[in-house]
Order: sequence, then C-alpha cells, then structure tokens
Amino acid sequence: MNLSKISKITNEVLVEEFEVEKGLIIGKANFRETLDLDSLDYVDLVVFVEENFGVKLTAEDFQKVVTFDDFYNLISIKINE
Amino acid sequence: MRRRVVITGVGIYSCIGNNIQEVTKSLMDGKSGIGYDPERKEMGYRSALTGILDIPNLKGDLSRRQRVSLAEEAIYAYVSTKEALDSAKIDDNFLDNNIIGMIFGNDSSAKAVMESIDKIRIKKDTTLLGSGSIFQSMNSTVTMNLSTIFRIKGINFTISAACSSGGHSIGTAYNLIKSGMQDTIICGGAQEVNPHAFGSFDGLGVFSINENEPEKASKPFDKERDGLIPSGGGATLILESLDSALERKAPILAEVVGYGFSSNGKHISAPDVDGQVRSIDMALKNAGVSPAEIDYINAHATSTPLGDECEAAAIYSIFKDFNTPVSSTKSMTGHECWMSGASEIIYSIIMMQNNFIAPNINFNKADESLSKINIIAKPFKKELNTIMSNSFGFGGTNSNLIIKKYES
Repeated sequence: MNLSKISKITNEVLVEEFEVEKGLIIGKANFRETLDLDSLDYVDLVVFVEENFGVKLTAEDFQKVVTFDDFYNLISIKINE
Repeated sequence: MRRRVVITGVGIYSCIGNNIQEVTKSLMDGKSGIGYDPERKEMGYRSALTGILDIPNLKGDLSRRQRVSLAEEAIYAYVSTKEALDSAKIDDNFLDNNIIGMIFGNDSSAKAVMESIDKIRIKKDTTLLGSGSIFQSMNSTVTMNLSTIFRIKGINFTISAACSSGGHSIGTAYNLIKSGMQDTIICGGAQEVNPHAFGSFDGLGVFSINENEPEKASKPFDKERDGLIPSGGGATLILESLDSALERKAPILAEVVGYGFSSNGKHISAPDVDGQVRSIDMALKNAGVSPAEIDYINAHATSTPLGDECEAAAIYSIFKDFNTPVSSTKSMTGHECWMSGASEIIYSIIMMQNNFIAPNINFNKADESLSKINIIAKPFKKELNTIMSNSFGFGGTNSNLIIKKYES
C-alpha cells in the first residue's frame, strides 16, 4: 500500500471518527497538537491502525511521530516490515 | 441538622417515552412499551419479550472522548440527566460554580463486558479493545462518565442493589442532603436493554412467555400473570435542599419525606413479607406519616406469581383499613430493573402533578390472595398529596420512598 492510500484512509478516519476538521490535516502539521491527543486517544489510534492496516503500533512507535507525514510513514514502514 | 429535601427536576428515557411529556401521555393512556426481540430467540432465550427503545445517537452532542466511554445505560442516563437539569433550571454556570453530587443505581454493564471479552478471545490482544471499554464495563459507568461530563465536584458513586438500586440512590441522596452534607444531588437509575443483559435472568424461567401479545404480557397482580418482562432506560431526579431550591427560585415538583430499607436475610431470590413490611414501616416512620395519609402506592409488582402475591400481603398488612389505591406501572413499562426505583418515583411525580393514578393495565381478575388490595386497573382521576413507591430486589434488598406535594 502506497503512502497516498495510507494518508487517504487515515485522514478519512480522523475526520469521521476523531472529528478533526479536514482542513487542519496537513502533512507538515503537528500530529499530537492538531488532534489534541491524550494518552487514551493513542490507544484508539492503535485500534484504528490495526483494523485498517493490519499492523500493531506501540507506545515507542508514537515517540517518533511529530507530524501527520511521520504518522503515514510509520504505518507504511510497519506494513512493509 | 435536618433539612427538607425537594425534587426540582426530572428526566426520563424509557420504553413508554423519550421524555417527560411523552411518558406523561403514555401513563395517562395506559400505553404499553413492550415488544418482541427476535435476536433473543436466536440466542436461546425462553422469552423474547422486552421493553422496546432506541439507543440515542449523541454524535454532535458529546465529543468522541466523551462518547467512547459511555455504555448503553449511560447513554440513556445522559439523555435523562440533560432533561432533568433543564427541568430544574440548572445551567452550565451553576454546575461549574457549585458542589453538586451524583448517585445512580446500576447493577450491570453486561453488553460492554461481553463484547470486550469476545474481542479479546479473537484478537488475543487487550490493547485492541480501545480506550472506552474499561469505562463502559464497570457498574459505575453511569456516574464515572456523567460526573466528568457534568463537572461534578461532590459525592460521586454508584449503588448496586439489584432492582432496588434506583430507589436506594434517591434514598441515599435524600439522607445526604437532609443531613447537610450536600445541597444538590443528581440521582436516579439506569438499565441496559440488550440480549447480553438478561440471559441469565431469562434462564431462571421468570419471564413472561406470552409472546403472541407482547403489550398484554405484563399483568402485575392479575390471576393469569406468568412472569416479568425486562426493560430499562434512564431516569434522573434533581434532589436539592429546600433552602437551595428557594434561593435560586427553582421549580419544586415534590418533596421527599421518607426513606425506608431492609434486608430480608433469607432466600437469594424469593421475596419476603416480613422484610418488605419492615422497609415500609421504616419509610412511614421516617416520613412521620400514618398509613392513612398515603394516597397511592406505586407497587414494585413485576408480574411474577410469587412476587406480586408477597407484595400484596405486605401492603394489606399495613394498609388494610384504608383501601389505599395501588397500581404497578410495570404493566406498561415492563421491569426496568436497576432503574425502576427511580423511574417509578418520576412516574409518581407525574401522577401527583396531573392528579391521576396511572392504570395497572392488563389487570382483569385477581386471584384470592390478591383480592384484598385496591388495584387500579383504569386511569383514575384523584388528587394525590402523598405517594409511596416500593422497590424490592434480589438478595432481599428492599427500598421504600415517600414523596409529598410541596407545601411551603
């Protein structure tokens, strides 16, 4: 699955399930601040990624995520591992 | 300190209506909320009868973070609490600037538990349950969620006491306000309505199997009664000290004047006349009213052969000289279980405010053991100044509440 498809699926879920305004989702924007994530939200992101991409993220994985692009890349790397 | 305690707001979400207005009409018309749920039959239920109600969609009303933690019964309780707060004229500013408490009766969250365990068995990974599962799965799901949504800063807990849970929540709130420990408490009861919640109850063979006529199946006190019908929803009352209510010019719907309780200390499921009588006696003494002053009794009667007979005997032993009118609103609602003690106080307030007794529908003929009490089978016009409501639960936990029309 390429990055374009990954970002498309991710953005759709973030808009629908996480109720983020579509216009705020920009590749270089800060992921945590834009989504206003707390510790519980990360658990739900793990569920979202597993259900949509079949891979499991860990708390350590999220430490490397600063922007939305980082998040798409993380999913891509996990899929291709 | 012994203060007067009044009810300044009520809200309801049940199978006979999604708000006070709809429920009032149903009670006046004697309308049943019972139907048939085919999924229960597929799951092996002996009876597919249930109260029928939709689960409200709160998207747009609450944030995702707030919604994912709400179990079904907490959703119902959120809706009823919103209505109760509006009814009591309590706004966000009042919630944010006062120490308000919250006590609800709830004794299960079976659907949330079952679904999480099913998922763990398939996924073999607990993280994949998501963040909301734990907050949906605990009996305190209603109070833990609503206390954060409504920014509660006072007492905050859930009472689990089987089918008396809702009654004890009001009784406990009443005592906390009466003693001066709290000024305002949001209290009530909530009950999930789904096939996960009632399988083990159905297994006892105590549900009505009159599936051909769902609306006629719940017939408390009737000679042909063959069991209860499970139901549920959310019921919320705002209890407040009289001083607080007067100070903020709140509407006063009724006064809570008495609370009684007892434990049978005998069989785990069989009712007990002595235990019920002790609870009724305590409520009357606590209220300082005589049996003659009770204008109407909202019975616990669920439509089981033994339970109704036992309650009729308890009522007769205390009220035999007064021919006190009795009806069971469960004839329309089914048994709202954990919520029933609270919802039935709301039904009683509706009757008090509108000067009528809601009928014990489907009551055609009493058997000999029940013929001594005055069961009201049709809507009945009557001024009601003092009402007693009975709630009796598994484990022999009994609750009685007495409310009065407010007089300054």
